[in-house]
Amino acid sequence: MGEMKKRWMSLYVENQVGVLSKISGLFSAKMYNLESLTVGTTEDETVSRMTIGVVSDDVTYEQIKKQLNRMVEVIKVMDLENVPAHMKEIMFAKINNINAEKMTELFQIAQVFGVKVVDMGTKTATIECVQTETKNNEMIKLLKAKFSTIEIVRGGNVAIESVSVTDRY
Amino acid sequence: MQQISGAKLFVNALKEEGVDKIFAYPGAVVADLFDEIGKQDDIELILPRHEQGLIHAADGYARSTGRVGVCLVTSGPGATNIVTGLANANYDSVPLVCFTGQVPTGLIGNDAFQEVDIIGITRNICKYGVTVRNREDLGRIIKEAFYIARTGKPGPVIIDLPKDVQVALGPKEYPEKVSIRGYKPPTDVHVGQLKRGFKLLKSAKRPLFLVGGGLNISQANNSFLKLVETMKIPVITTIMGRGAIPSNHPYFVGNAGMHGAYASNMALMGCDVLFSIGTRFNDRITGDLNEFAPGAKIVHIDIDTSAISRNVCVDIPIVADAGLAIEKLLEWAIPMDTGEWMNTIYSWKEERPLEMRKDKGVCPQLILEKINELFPKYIAVTDVGQHQMWCTQYLEINSDRQMLTSGGLGVMGFGLPAAIGAQFGNPEATVICVSGDGGAQMNIQEMSTAVCHGLPVIFCIFNNSYLGMVRQMQQLFYGKRYVGTCLRRRKGVCPDQCKGPGKDCPEYSPDFVRLAESYGALGLRVTDPKDIESALKEAAANRKGPTLIEFIIDTDEIVLPMVKGGNPISNMIFSPKGN
Repeated sequence: MGEMKKRWMSLYVENQVGVLSKISGLFSAKMYNLESLTVGTTEDETVSRMTIGVVSDDVTYEQIKKQLNRMVEVIKVMDLENVPAHMKEIMFAKINNINAEKMTELFQIAQVFGVKVVDMGTKTATIECVQTETKNNEMIKLLKAKFSTIEIVRGGNVAIESVSVTDRY
Repeated sequence: MQQISGAKLFVNALKEEGVDKIFAYPGAVVADLFDEIGKQDDIELILPRHEQGLIHAADGYARSTGRVGVCLVTSGPGATNIVTGLANANYDSVPLVCFTGQVPTGLIGNDAFQEVDIIGITRNICKYGVTVRNREDLGRIIKEAFYIARTGKPGPVIIDLPKDVQVALGPKEYPEKVSIRGYKPPTDVHVGQLKRGFKLLKSAKRPLFLVGGGLNISQANNSFLKLVETMKIPVITTIMGRGAIPSNHPYFVGNAGMHGAYASNMALMGCDVLFSIGTRFNDRITGDLNEFAPGAKIVHIDIDTSAISRNVCVDIPIVADAGLAIEKLLEWAIPMDTGEWMNTIYSWKEERPLEMRKDKGVCPQLILEKINELFPKYIAVTDVGQHQMWCTQYLEINSDRQMLTSGGLGVMGFGLPAAIGAQFGNPEATVICVSGDGGAQMNIQEMSTAVCHGLPVIFCIFNNSYLGMVRQMQQLFYGKRYVGTCLRRRKGVCPDQCKGPGKDCPEYSPDFVRLAESYGALGLRVTDPKDIESALKEAAANRKGPTLIEFIIDTDEIVLPMVKGGNPISNMIFSPKGN
């Protein structure tokens, strides 16, 4: 069966009403483990591109790709497993109730991690993190350790195959 | 440029697609379509009595003719009533195009009268579904629907037609060609891969064909028979594969699976190469997957990529239409030395033949053997339950499109309307429908449709006054606690704990013979085995309208052999005592 692990794929789909619902419905109907799904239009406005993260074993993963492929609305399934790709996730973190000292610390963190502080008030600041999902996870851990009240919103991964870079992400 | 209404284009499109019958039930938001259908004579409008019966009739029409069945129902309840029929057609790969009326686009989402999101509801049980939002798209969508329904692995397509789109004016052109970038059904065979499969088959000592409904759908029966006879390889089928080769052919072993013949299941367990065509390895066929065909290398031909290596991991997958693949195989076919293997299979057949007790009144096997004897050519339609298994075990089926049965979804209530649809598609044929007393009541209202259209369908009801398939499970696995399966049970008359029927049981309701008569059909009841023949002959002679024959059969009769769900298929029960 192979090990259970996280895998990524991209889909080109018809940019039509109900397609997102049909695709997410497949995952729930067949008990596939959907971890992340993002969607947006492409250079061709009649086509949307989805980036999907699933946790599955090898056999199920093959089946998921086949099931997606047989949908009339799915134009192409691209397996991003073992393919060099750029992959990023956007995340906003709003840190509330912080004093001046903590605010300085937040700016230091932002500088070290290369993320931007995009908004601030007297006791609140918002940082914008566009980095890998793993780095965002690490960032959340750190923020939780340093600050007491934080709000997180994450956008899910988007990915594109590499042109010349051979590593992933 | 001349503009026409959506309704007019709808009717023109159906004509272009060669539709000769539309199974339709009216309602407020499809009145324009009905009006337009009424203005022409090429397409006959058939009015069943319930939308579920309607879609099963269209399904029976499609299965028996190979053409696309067309349905038209109204919004809301009209649409939700076809849901079971869509799932059934989807499971058994039946080409249907179903039009549902919808409230005007401006009202969608307002909880308007008779509004439901039928495309959302049916998303997982249709091959494709779409709401027509613009009048300009209507022609293209209908064209695509027919193309998608009948190509590749066939299936049902649903088109939701809002009222305003039906009346809006737009282009009169109906497209000639289809191009759908996300839908490219396989049109050829990967010869290299097929050759690998053939080499493996050729090297086998104990080869076996396992054939499913895919072969019947691609109408590859004649070429398959040639292949079998040339290569001398035995054949087992699923119930959907019945008719792949004639059932009295020496190389036909029987059905496999939960109620398969002993010899078939033993052959599955004993073969060294299993060459399967057009089957999805459903759990009813495989039983415990870990012990399925343990010594065999498996080749699998299927038109649906996702059917391959889903349930059973196969050694050589081949994505192709069964007919194309078999034609290719025929070019290479050579005789194999299977004499010893065939003898082993024959000895299994002799050891445990399919057989029922014939000394308990009107025995199902006697009825079915009489049908075999009296009707050399007919279309058999079944409902779902014990009688269905008996039909697939005992009826002699010789070609594709001769046995119509709800194989995948197992829909009680399918038989009666499907037989009506089959008769519409084959007016000259003898159509014999076998139902249980439970399933017959699920769409009995369609008797009226058969009477009003003068359809000479022979409806055989095997009445054991129980929901027998479940009763059988209760008898074997639930300590004979017959909960909710007796159809004679009456409040205030029967004891709290019934351990089985006796002479004091209440009368059966309804009286099927009088019910048939009240519909205007001929009703007959058979309680003595010697009357089976005369009843069937009387029914066959009645070509003016339907005949209902109620056969009163023994309540204890069970389907054997049986494999308990989830057990290995070699683990078969042969006696009513459960051993």
